[in-house]
Amino acid sequence: MRGTALPQAQPAEEWGVCVSESAGRNAIDVRGVRKVFGSGDGQVTALDTVSVSIRENEFFTLLGPSGCGKTTLLRLIAGFEFPTDGQIMLHGEDIALLPPFRRPVNTVFQSYALFPHMTVAENIAFGLEMLGKSRSEIDGRTADMLKLVQMEELAKRKTSEISGGQQQRVALARALAPQPKVLLLDEPLSALDYKLRKEMQLELKQLQHETGITFIFVTHDQEEALTMSDRIAVMSTGKILQVGSPHDIYEHPAERFVAGFIGETNFLDAEVVATSAGSATVKLPSGKQIPAGLPEGFQPGSRVSLAVRPERAQIVAADADATLAGVIDNLVYLGTDTHFHLRLDGGEAFIVRQQNSSGSGINFATGDRVGVILGDDAAQILKD
Amino acid sequence: MARKRAFDLRNQTGFATVAMFTFFMLYLPMAALVVYAFNAGNSMAIWEGVSLRWFYSAASNERVQDAALRSVIIAACAASVASIAATMAAIATTRTKPYPGLTFKYAFINQPLMVPEIVTAVALLIVFSRIKVWTGYSGIGYLIAAHSAFCIPFAYLPIRARLENMNLTLEQAAADLYATPWLVFRRITLPLLRPGIIAGFMLAFVISLDDVVITEFVKSGGQDTLPTYMLGQLRRATTPEVNAIATVFLLFSVLLVTAFFFINRRKA
Amino acid sequence: MTSAQDVAQQIERRDIRNRWLLSAPALVIIFLAAIGPLLVMVAYSFMVKGDYGDVRFGEFSLDGWFSVLFWRDIFDDTIGLADAHLSILWRSIRLSFITTALTLAFGFPTAYFIATRPPSTREVWVFLITIPFWTNLLIRTFAMQEVVRNEGILNSLMIWSGIVDQPVQIMYTDAAILFGMVYVYLPLMVLPLYASMEKLDFRLVEAGYDLYATRARVLWRIIIPLVRPGVIAGSILVFIPSLGAYVIPRVLGGGKNMMLGNLIELQFGAGRNWPLGAAMSITVMLIVMLALLVYVRNATRSGVQHG
Repeated sequence: MRGTALPQAQPAEEWGVCVSESAGRNAIDVRGVRKVFGSGDGQVTALDTVSVSIRENEFFTLLGPSGCGKTTLLRLIAGFEFPTDGQIMLHGEDIALLPPFRRPVNTVFQSYALFPHMTVAENIAFGLEMLGKSRSEIDGRTADMLKLVQMEELAKRKTSEISGGQQQRVALARALAPQPKVLLLDEPLSALDYKLRKEMQLELKQLQHETGITFIFVTHDQEEALTMSDRIAVMSTGKILQVGSPHDIYEHPAERFVAGFIGETNFLDAEVVATSAGSATVKLPSGKQIPAGLPEGFQPGSRVSLAVRPERAQIVAADADATLAGVIDNLVYLGTDTHFHLRLDGGEAFIVRQQNSSGSGINFATGDRVGVILGDDAAQILKD
Repeated sequence: MARKRAFDLRNQTGFATVAMFTFFMLYLPMAALVVYAFNAGNSMAIWEGVSLRWFYSAASNERVQDAALRSVIIAACAASVASIAATMAAIATTRTKPYPGLTFKYAFINQPLMVPEIVTAVALLIVFSRIKVWTGYSGIGYLIAAHSAFCIPFAYLPIRARLENMNLTLEQAAADLYATPWLVFRRITLPLLRPGIIAGFMLAFVISLDDVVITEFVKSGGQDTLPTYMLGQLRRATTPEVNAIATVFLLFSVLLVTAFFFINRRKA
Repeated sequence: MTSAQDVAQQIERRDIRNRWLLSAPALVIIFLAAIGPLLVMVAYSFMVKGDYGDVRFGEFSLDGWFSVLFWRDIFDDTIGLADAHLSILWRSIRLSFITTALTLAFGFPTAYFIATRPPSTREVWVFLITIPFWTNLLIRTFAMQEVVRNEGILNSLMIWSGIVDQPVQIMYTDAAILFGMVYVYLPLMVLPLYASMEKLDFRLVEAGYDLYATRARVLWRIIIPLVRPGVIAGSILVFIPSLGAYVIPRVLGGGKNMMLGNLIELQFGAGRNWPLGAAMSITVMLIVMLALLVYVRNATRSGVQHG
């Protein structure tokens, strides 16, 4: 999916470092947007005062379970819905109340929404035609797009005569053809099988680098979000809980929901003993003290929840020096990894994931009493 | 039934026999009617050999020609009016959350289906006869108006069904690609709706063509359609000419229904 | 500055207004050539009858309604029941009920038969029901005449098989009307029945057999309750036109065996009593509405049961 010179094409930049002439500007600013569906008793708040800024040229992902409001936010940006309150700025101009055909943003639909009575080429040309472009420009640009998504051969086909993966490419080409300022993607890969989805993830990312267009991508698949995004906004029940890079979100989840939704997480109760910049010392119920990552707003003495990733813990033979102690309830062998499901002495469940590397040494069995060691940066204090 | 046959879960004792009898009885009378159209004799009672004379007789009968032409004109006009009005109404009443007046519209549009034809017929007689006196106009406009009204619910059915199955995201996608509402309608909605509109038009056409009761009460003198002409003939001593007309009529209806069947199936 | 909410409301209002404009042509046509005249007819039923048909416009009278059921002697002003009207009313209702029952008796097994065919042949059977459905009612009535007339198929068959030696007079009897109505309205019963049977989940039938039900019990306890909405819809669709039947009794019943439809016509023709005809029409409409009401109540109730 490369090789065509697109007008805005520019080399990939590390996210957050804007080098284009619009440096320092945000592509989209969502300010205090609320969206309520229905009226009276049947009111449902789909978005509850959401604010977020999406930068130029970034691959931004809205991640959350179904019903969290991510698709509503996308549809508000596209113009298929209008906010109950708040502003949506595109390059500093409020577009919240413009109809969709007046917004320089285009959408790749979950169902692709290809026009069944038109050919592949006619679908791709549609937006340009509606913009009143000259015939030669439409033809040239359509040809470019067909080449970009490697669909030249199938240009004259009806959209019902091509495969799901091909339909996906056509949908993408159609949305890119009018050169939108922002491309909105509503779970575009969810209908593809696993292998194709993996391929398309890389191709999409590549395409975003090549075109330099801001992508806003909606998904409920945390792995997809981590793979593709420059930044991720995690959403739940109409709110954005955390915005950050995949690394941030995974390593420093701010809330229990984020920690639980992305990857597997163990939760432990603890009490803050001492704080310093960005980190703290916490005391576990067993009395052991360990370091932990610290968000703002915690004072020594406050009761907190800790999140510990299963792969950041290490299982050892029962030993007084171990941070945690418990019994193996269950042991799941997964090829590269083994998952140990422990019951800690305090009664909590705790999972440890260990790689099955050649020298991992000791073999444990269900019912064994074991200890767990946590690395220095394994624990993260959660906000709630 | 023999024991060796496997137990068929779906079977019900005697149902297939009744069904076969029903199908047989549905077609037997029509078959008899068609057969007698080819009777060479003068009467309906006695079979006197095969002949096409009654078809020739019907075709050269000026009153039949006149009535047939009038039937087709009325059906074409009424079906056009009904399918355009029904298309607009279908767009206005589908793919929306309930709004004030929606149920009222459903009831209004389906009203002609809810009242026995004879009741509507005499009501039209009352009103149109007075209007005919007031205005002095007694053309086929009244018939077209009356037919349009009772054709609307029939045209509405397939159009609405097709609209409801049409994905609203296609129209949203077009709007997203800078198509204004009018262009969305012309380039997306209308082309996709076309099979439904054609089906609706054909249904309306058949319904209008078949109508006897309302036409009988609304028509002015000398405004026979084919069905009312046949009804008039049935009062007298009938000759197989009526069978011949009915046979041609039947053939035409079957052709239309077959076409409708295939149009509807194609995109299902 | 207008708030987002105002604009959203404005958009919604405009959408609803457009939807009214779009539905206007259909509503206006139906009002002018169906509902409006029905309302005028209601007014007519309360006027004094004209001497040569029509009414004396604006002169109020309850005579029309009075005459639906009663009869006043011209000479001594005694009041009696209008026997002729009552017997026609009774015949219409009775024949309509019998028609409904018979179409159900034949239609139910037929619809079930179609619904249990494999999908490929099912369409063909439906098509075979659809053809008579869309064929001219007059032609089908006329076709039934070929069966019931003295030299017709039925009599020929009976004479040939030795059941009778003289043709039996069926034409111009209630039996002929019944034959005609069952024949003509049968597709109206089969189609809605089929529509509900097509949706029938046959795993429920399997579950019934699994729990030791016999065929008959599966039919009565599982299939019929589940397709009840179709049974009711079909019955209503047959009952309404049966009650208002005009062409069938006119052709097959001759002049004497009238039904309500013919009686109404008579008032606008030779009877020259438009208010009476209007009142009778409204009576028919009221009976139909009653039937529809029963249907709606039943439909909503079964909806609650299964919902």
